[in-house]
Amino acid sequence: MHDLDLNLADISKIEGKASCSIKIRNGKVDDVKFSIAEYKRFYTKAIQGKDILALPQLTARICGTCSNAHLLCAIKAVENALQFTPSPQTVVLRKLLNYGLIIRDHALHLYVFVLPDLFKKDSILDFDENDPIEHKFLDSAFKVKAAGNLLGITVGGRSVHAPYAAVGGFTRLPDQKQLLEVRNKLLNIRNDVLELIELLNLRDSKLIRKDLLYAALIDDEFSFLNGRILETSGKRINEEEFGNFLESLIIPYSQATGYKYRGKIYMVGALARLNLGKDKLHVKTKQSAGKFLSVFPSDNIYHNNLAQAIEILHAVDSSVDLIDNLKISPERPILPQRREGAGVGVIEAPRGTLYYRLEVDNLGKIKKGKIVVPTGQNQIGIEVSIRQYLEENINNLQKKEEIENIVETIVRSYDPCMSCASHFLKFKYL
Amino acid sequence: MARKLKIGWFSFSCSEDSTIIFTEILNDYYRQWKNLIDFKSILVMQRKSSIEDLDVAFIEGAITSDSQEEKLKKIRKNTKKLVAVGSCAVIGMPSSQRNQFVDENLNKEIAEILIRFQYKEKVLKVSDIVKVDDNVPGCPMNEAVFLQVINKYLKEFGISHA
Repeated sequence: MHDLDLNLADISKIEGKASCSIKIRNGKVDDVKFSIAEYKRFYTKAIQGKDILALPQLTARICGTCSNAHLLCAIKAVENALQFTPSPQTVVLRKLLNYGLIIRDHALHLYVFVLPDLFKKDSILDFDENDPIEHKFLDSAFKVKAAGNLLGITVGGRSVHAPYAAVGGFTRLPDQKQLLEVRNKLLNIRNDVLELIELLNLRDSKLIRKDLLYAALIDDEFSFLNGRILETSGKRINEEEFGNFLESLIIPYSQATGYKYRGKIYMVGALARLNLGKDKLHVKTKQSAGKFLSVFPSDNIYHNNLAQAIEILHAVDSSVDLIDNLKISPERPILPQRREGAGVGVIEAPRGTLYYRLEVDNLGKIKKGKIVVPTGQNQIGIEVSIRQYLEENINNLQKKEEIENIVETIVRSYDPCMSCASHFLKFKYL
Repeated sequence: MARKLKIGWFSFSCSEDSTIIFTEILNDYYRQWKNLIDFKSILVMQRKSSIEDLDVAFIEGAITSDSQEEKLKKIRKNTKKLVAVGSCAVIGMPSSQRNQFVDENLNKEIAEILIRFQYKEKVLKVSDIVKVDDNVPGCPMNEAVFLQVINKYLKEFGISHA
């Protein structure tokens, strides 16, 4: 392709609004701009002066799809600021709530956003019910999403902005019988998830990224909620230190701030987690998905899709274990004593590492808040990936539509969330 | 081929929580609706998009910029019914929280962004700009009310099996 001006205004099948412009001149990639087009809602300013008990439900509204991740991360930061330790039952319920999110959110991305690419369709709504394979995956899409959704509803009261999860515990506890019903539904989707893993391994694309650093919060049970930050070099840091290594970059054409980690472009999310912690997955997941785990560590960014599918299986296996060992005891949320302090909360949201740092006054009001979301951290990597693909394949690309499709699949492989990414004012770490 | 209800789903400034709820409602209703509803535009699920001659447009989110306002007006012109979905569309909040900022320094701090990306001076709810035929309140939207609205329009537009 000699010359091209491409402006992809609304990238489809992602969460929120993003666009990409590409300029090719004399057969060379002249310019690539990936921009997040969501308008800011200024959450980090709006939370100032808000009460610690109200904060998690407010910041959950940053994003509909990642809402429970924001909820859990905000609760963790508040409780750390107040030096409060939640009850063992609360810890288990939070894990279950998060596993419900992981299942539902990854399933939405893989079945609704990614699967049409693998079947050369525009939408899952175009799947042919008379084709046995397409019919089967359509069935699986709704079944797997529904199971994750139900786990969230059973534990949190709703799968989006879960009303029962609060600072100090849960305002309402799940019914033991309902948990058992969820357990059976989770077991019932296990084969569907294995088929999805097989399909992604077989059909997904390839783009080997060069010099990409990975970072993720990993613990011994791959819980997404605890652990230390691991990175490709093998370095480990405590979650409180994570913010010290983030470098914010203003991208003038994007509504969202981009980030580098230790001065390098890096990736967070399922691929990073599997690259750094696959040995910590549930034992049944490792048994069932063993042959697919051998591809990790991988620098193929499309393997983020495969990694997400494996994480669904891990979330299923871990949730079943947790439910089997859980006997709900009546307990109410404990209201932590208000005190002045600062707290960091770091968790692995479905799309990657989510960071909250909150400063609280002695009355329990938020003085200052900093929030770094996964898509902000991946934003620069997305643009560089698009550029790399174009540079490597420029001689083989003939049609504008072909480039549009590929750009969309590259963006989708990162599973970005624009609602999350664009709602903070810039800030600088020292 | 039997006539279908031509719907569009459009998101403006919000968390897209109602979009997520809608995709979860499809877990139970997709097979019931596939012969009744023609999805003309829903960016989260498909690339093809048309806002010509819609029966019902569902609008999620508040209006933050002039370009969003223009798009909303265009949708209104091309749809018979328009439904505001979720709290940002219905009452403006929480997306309009910057309207409440009173601190002068804070407003100065955000002013640069508002100017650079051509934000409106105030964030508006949908009914501030166009006529709204129905509201589905909630943050996220109330599923039961949404289903009532869908069933009402299936009946009103004479779609079979409604």
